[in-house]
Amino acid sequence: MATIKVNGVDRQFDGDPDTPLLWFVRDQLDLTGTKYGCGTGLCGACTVHLDDVAVRGCLATVADADGKTVTTIEGLSETGDHPVQVAWRDQNVPQCGFCQAGQIMQAASLLSANPNPSEQEILDEMQGNICRCGCYQRIVTAVRQASTGA
Amino acid sequence: MLHLFNKTIASPLPSAGRAVIENVSRRSFLKGTTGFVVALQLVPFDTAKAFDSYPTNGLNMPHGVVNDPHIFVAIDPDGTVTIVAHRSEMGTGSRTSLPMIIADEMEADWDKVKIVQAPGDEPKYGNQDTDGSRSLRHHIQPAREIGAAVRRMLEQAAADQWGVTIDEVEANGHQVVHKTLGDRIGYGELAEAAMALPTPARDDLDFKDESEFRYIGKGKVQITDLHDITTGKAIYGADVKLPGMLYAVVARPPVVGGTVKSVDDSAALAVPGVQRVEMIPGTSLGAKFKPKGGVAVIADSTWAAINGRNALEIEWDDGPHGSFNTADYRKELSASANAPGKSVRSQGDTEDALKNAARVLSYEYYQPHLAHSPMEPPAAVANAADGKCEVWAPVQSPYGTRVDVADYLGMDEKNVTINVTLLGGGFGRKSKCDFAIETAFLSKQVGAPVKVQWTREDDIQHSFYHTSSVEKIDVGLDENDKVIAWRHRSAAPSFLSTFVPDEGFEHEIEVGMGLENLPYEIDNISADQCKAMAHTRVGWYRSVSNIPRAFAVQSATAEVAHELGRDQKEFLLEMIGSPRILDWEAAGLPQKFWNQYEPYEEFPFDTGRLSNVIELAAEKSGWGKSLPAGEGLGIAGHRSFVSYIAMAVHAKVDDDGTVHVPRVDVAIDCGFVANPERVRSQMQGACVFGMTAAMHSGVTFENGRVLESNFHDYEMVRADNFPEAVHTHIVPHPFSVHATGVGEPGVPPFLPALANAIFNATGKRIRDLPVGDQLRT
Ligand code: FES
Ligand code: FES
Repeated sequence: MATIKVNGVDRQFDGDPDTPLLWFVRDQLDLTGTKYGCGTGLCGACTVHLDDVAVRGCLATVADADGKTVTTIEGLSETGDHPVQVAWRDQNVPQCGFCQAGQIMQAASLLSANPNPSEQEILDEMQGNICRCGCYQRIVTAVRQASTGA
Repeated sequence: MLHLFNKTIASPLPSAGRAVIENVSRRSFLKGTTGFVVALQLVPFDTAKAFDSYPTNGLNMPHGVVNDPHIFVAIDPDGTVTIVAHRSEMGTGSRTSLPMIIADEMEADWDKVKIVQAPGDEPKYGNQDTDGSRSLRHHIQPAREIGAAVRRMLEQAAADQWGVTIDEVEANGHQVVHKTLGDRIGYGELAEAAMALPTPARDDLDFKDESEFRYIGKGKVQITDLHDITTGKAIYGADVKLPGMLYAVVARPPVVGGTVKSVDDSAALAVPGVQRVEMIPGTSLGAKFKPKGGVAVIADSTWAAINGRNALEIEWDDGPHGSFNTADYRKELSASANAPGKSVRSQGDTEDALKNAARVLSYEYYQPHLAHSPMEPPAAVANAADGKCEVWAPVQSPYGTRVDVADYLGMDEKNVTINVTLLGGGFGRKSKCDFAIETAFLSKQVGAPVKVQWTREDDIQHSFYHTSSVEKIDVGLDENDKVIAWRHRSAAPSFLSTFVPDEGFEHEIEVGMGLENLPYEIDNISADQCKAMAHTRVGWYRSVSNIPRAFAVQSATAEVAHELGRDQKEFLLEMIGSPRILDWEAAGLPQKFWNQYEPYEEFPFDTGRLSNVIELAAEKSGWGKSLPAGEGLGIAGHRSFVSYIAMAVHAKVDDDGTVHVPRVDVAIDCGFVANPERVRSQMQGACVFGMTAAMHSGVTFENGRVLESNFHDYEMVRADNFPEAVHTHIVPHPFSVHATGVGEPGVPPFLPALANAIFNATGKRIRDLPVGDQLRT
């Protein structure tokens, strides 16, 4: 039996401990903001925070998260007004939107570790998150806005 | 026919007049002796007739266009306006833009507007097939009609309430105002009486002057799902959950037309959480969107279903396409494209001109099959019970899905409901509803709600692939290096093979995408389609056949320019020649240009508009400036989805062959623009999509199987190397110039513009897509 604090609430899971966090939050907890895009750590659509650090939810398992804290897009901010979310809206980043929860979680993790990333650090950090619609230009602008407020 | 050129538009002037766009010399421009002339002149104000003429092919689409306000708009007593979005949202923004147009025309306050998504019901809503870059093109005017009708109904209700005539009142900002007395009533208060009125006659509608638009053309309205997307609340195909729902993952035949020879499911059934295994009947090529068939593992979670599928032991019978190999196929296409095929255009005598040419330059271009790979792999939820079936799915054609599901399940269409979720990207993949049919079938089989989740591997290996093609171009020059002949032969399997027995030739839609309509002013032009049999499911992919055609034509043009020592942009403009409307008869076509099925008189191929965007992109890019070694500018222009787009791509190639794109200047002429902000986002997206296709994309078949499986070998452009600064320059037009496609036409010019830029940076000419490792040193 694993116990994981998800978005501030203790959750138990007694199924297969190798279950990826992605499927645990989606299928068991109905937190569907976290998306499946590849299942192999190649796209970032499933990005959640494990103890405040961005991880791929399709690779990190329930066992990895046992006793730890997981934050999904739904728990990033109670009001939905995390600076990254605000910047994403100000810059009209999304097209289809499917990748965006993962992008936002990745960017939030970057900025909490490094509040003033260089352009190169932004690109390096965000390169694991694919956006098939091609919103990268606005993603980079939005990360910069969230970082500097401008 | 002439009246089609004589449309009235709202006057940009404040006086009570209207301007007309008029073709002052239709006959002469058809002969190619003058350009298309636009004249503005004032004619007597006549509101009722303002939009008499806005013909598009929307009327001829299945179930046509519906403009009944009672179908699309509801108003609550508290003033909330609910507007139905009947097109699918996959990232272009049409779910926002069309309701925004209705809201603007009805003088509603956008903050009080709620949008609801229509289920698949074309008899009610009109055509819903979200495809072909036509949501705005076909529905911008009907949306205005809906809005204008609601506005009139609200005004009538207020006039009735005050006991005055409708002329004495006017709607303004979510209320109706008495023009002289200044009395006001809010929309909420008027709602019941207004919506009980019959739909006004179309002739009674009047439309806003463009200067009165609040939202249309401004680019200030944000997409309606923006908050939900950024907070994880937006609902896509896999996000629907029903009580008692089971989760399914399907093992499909690796080769199209393959069948299950034997299956051992004992290990699968032993996986904890797996409940049962179901067979889905197989199909072969020509089965439209019927599922490929296979073995479904049904479990109590997605993870269990995936593990269960991995534990299946299946022996497949590959069927007739088990020997399909990409390497051999390419040779086959090449052989076909290097011999005469079926003529689709014959202007002058190209064969004779080539025979007598001083020299002939020949180029061959290749593109493999591609998978769309939307970020959201196919997924759907269905509940089939009591002779009915309800489906939730990210489908581009919800009514088509309804018909196909009903047919597959042997149900009456009225017992099938298709709810449309958001689409996590579509790109044509989700026009094909095989995944929704599979889900409905499995739900019926197990007697419980089912979700089918496709893995990324499923998506890449069981797609309806973009055609593969060899494009062969021969250019004849006379002794003065003047181009006297252009012969284009194309061998590409057709998506027709997905619908009917394959004959190896394309549909007019594919031929119309850059093969038959070369806009060059050359005396002798011929185009042939050369036989190419399909060995996999071929389907349309964002921009369809325009991609290989624009790549070939725009690359070849730059190659000839280089050969002649000419500036590529100047030479391209010279090839396009004088501004004129292409005349299909003079172009040697047996019938009219396909023209996206749009009426040609309304949406003519105007070479002046094409040249204009090329000039504009070139100018904005600083065309002609000198660049450091390893850098180059490339340019290309192409008309598709009745829009004209040119791109000037700046490429920088590192010593190790890595290609960067620091800047792209996009010039787009897509007629009147309702939502410039989404046009810009689509152009940024098109550059990324184009760069992925150019640099990385290609599926490889070996023994009928696709070798690529996920993003490690089917790569995508990522944030560490993407077209960094895409500058979009929109050619402004009044409403009278038809809004044309935006979602797709940005992709085709990007690939040749990049290839031309790479050539100018490195001297290496890319003729085979994708670039892959070709530049690696
Ligand atoms: S789904 Fe986890 S990285 Fe793609
Ligand atoms: S917005 Fe569609 S994949 Fe990123």
